[in-house]
Amino acid sequence: MSIDSIVPKARIGILALQGDFQEHAALLSKMGCATVNEVRLPKDLDYIDGLIIPGGESTTMSKLIENYDFRSSLIQFHGENKPIWGTCAGTIIIAKEAEGLDPWKPLDLIDISVQRNGYGRQLDSFQANLTIDKLKPQTPFAGIFIRAPKILSIGEKVETLSILGNNEPVAVKQKNVVATTFHPELTGDFRFHQLFLELVSDNLSAQVKET
Amino acid sequence: MDQDPWLLKTGLARMLKGGVIMDVVTPDQAKIAEDAGACAVMALERVPADIRADGGVARMSDPGLIEKIMESVSIPVMAKIRIGHIVEAKILEAIGTDYIDESEVLTPADENNHVWKHEYKIPFVCGARNLGEALRRISEGAAMIRTKGEAGTGNIVEAVRHMRSIQSEIRIVVGLPEDELPSYAKSISAPLELIKDVHKLGGLPVVNFAAGGVGTPADAALMMHLGAEGVFVGSGIFKSDDPAPRAAAIVKSVTHYNDPAIIAEVSKGLGDAMSGIDIKTLNPEDLLATRGC
Repeated sequence: MSIDSIVPKARIGILALQGDFQEHAALLSKMGCATVNEVRLPKDLDYIDGLIIPGGESTTMSKLIENYDFRSSLIQFHGENKPIWGTCAGTIIIAKEAEGLDPWKPLDLIDISVQRNGYGRQLDSFQANLTIDKLKPQTPFAGIFIRAPKILSIGEKVETLSILGNNEPVAVKQKNVVATTFHPELTGDFRFHQLFLELVSDNLSAQVKET
Repeated sequence: MDQDPWLLKTGLARMLKGGVIMDVVTPDQAKIAEDAGACAVMALERVPADIRADGGVARMSDPGLIEKIMESVSIPVMAKIRIGHIVEAKILEAIGTDYIDESEVLTPADENNHVWKHEYKIPFVCGARNLGEALRRISEGAAMIRTKGEAGTGNIVEAVRHMRSIQSEIRIVVGLPEDELPSYAKSISAPLELIKDVHKLGGLPVVNFAAGGVGTPADAALMMHLGAEGVFVGSGIFKSDDPAPRAAAIVKSVTHYNDPAIIAEVSKGLGDAMSGIDIKTLNPEDLLATRGC
């Protein structure tokens, strides 16, 4: 699979307040992504075209996001139509509503409501084969669910990319925002990252056309 | 489909990276830790400084207390067992603790063997002073490593020594030609297969935190500089003057360990840190780090 055409110009940032941001970065670098930045302060957002909010502890991230005007900066980043992808805890951070993080209000960047630790504690962590139609090649993807959040409901404008069991969304997308409750950064399979890079790259091309 | 428990066990540790795990002895302290931004708590009856002061045999905490702490917070809850105490491990697995620390801070139950951790669905973290010790624990199934440091002293010197040893030995392994790996593995009593992993990966195959003696935001940031991927704070928070702000400051200082201006700002006005002990004044039999090598 050729990713050469889309990789070079997309600058990807990973929110590095807490969690497995290095795992995302390592995978992106392995894919040939030249610019992978850790985002620790709002000013770091100025130098990237797309942002990944990694897995980690959503409470910890939620506290750190309330420092240094991060909340408004992330909302502004989204307002500029730049792609954002939340994995696991990242999904909780960008959701419209999050059960189990009260009184903290998530950023409301994608119209989904989630429940923290929706599948239980670490003993209930699991792996499941997922079908994700958009992936190339289209073979099952190993979904790693670690104390994962559960997506309880999605809004009308949200597209479901993959489900677990009968009808439980585990990967969703609304315009330029993607959310997964599992960890594509942990298995070495970079097809989901490729999907996000394409989103960032398409968005860059669209911006070039506009100007 | 095939489950890979190793990925789930090491994966949880990866989610804790860049975070601070705090010792707590009550549900109220657990709430304070969670509100301060701890990425997990270690539930126990006595913090290491008190275990050290009280003497006697230190055992796994009352499972009832651990359950109460598990109910009081939404972040992962860890708990300690004595080295080699298989049944304490089974008890913690039965109550669904998220991580087990097979810890030298408690009095060892077995002076020759650690728990064979591969058999458990719950992941384990173990202490190490050097690369050989870390890889021996990983070969027994530890899904996360931490430095031993010298718990309950409020003195960072041993954690620094252990982290520097681990990192410097990793650099040696990375630099060795392949045909010299077996003899190096033998020299540090480490399994060759894991030495090969370190050589290939350029680091440990599991997450490595700092522990044992962290008292200030600067201590925590120091350990991050030396290669720690996160920090345990035991007695350092709840044995200090004003735990909540100190806890929050240590969390910020771990995230921004590369930003001295932020560490300076969060270090202001925290009150007194725990008083601390000079390691040189301890008798050799009082050192916890030498337990379970």
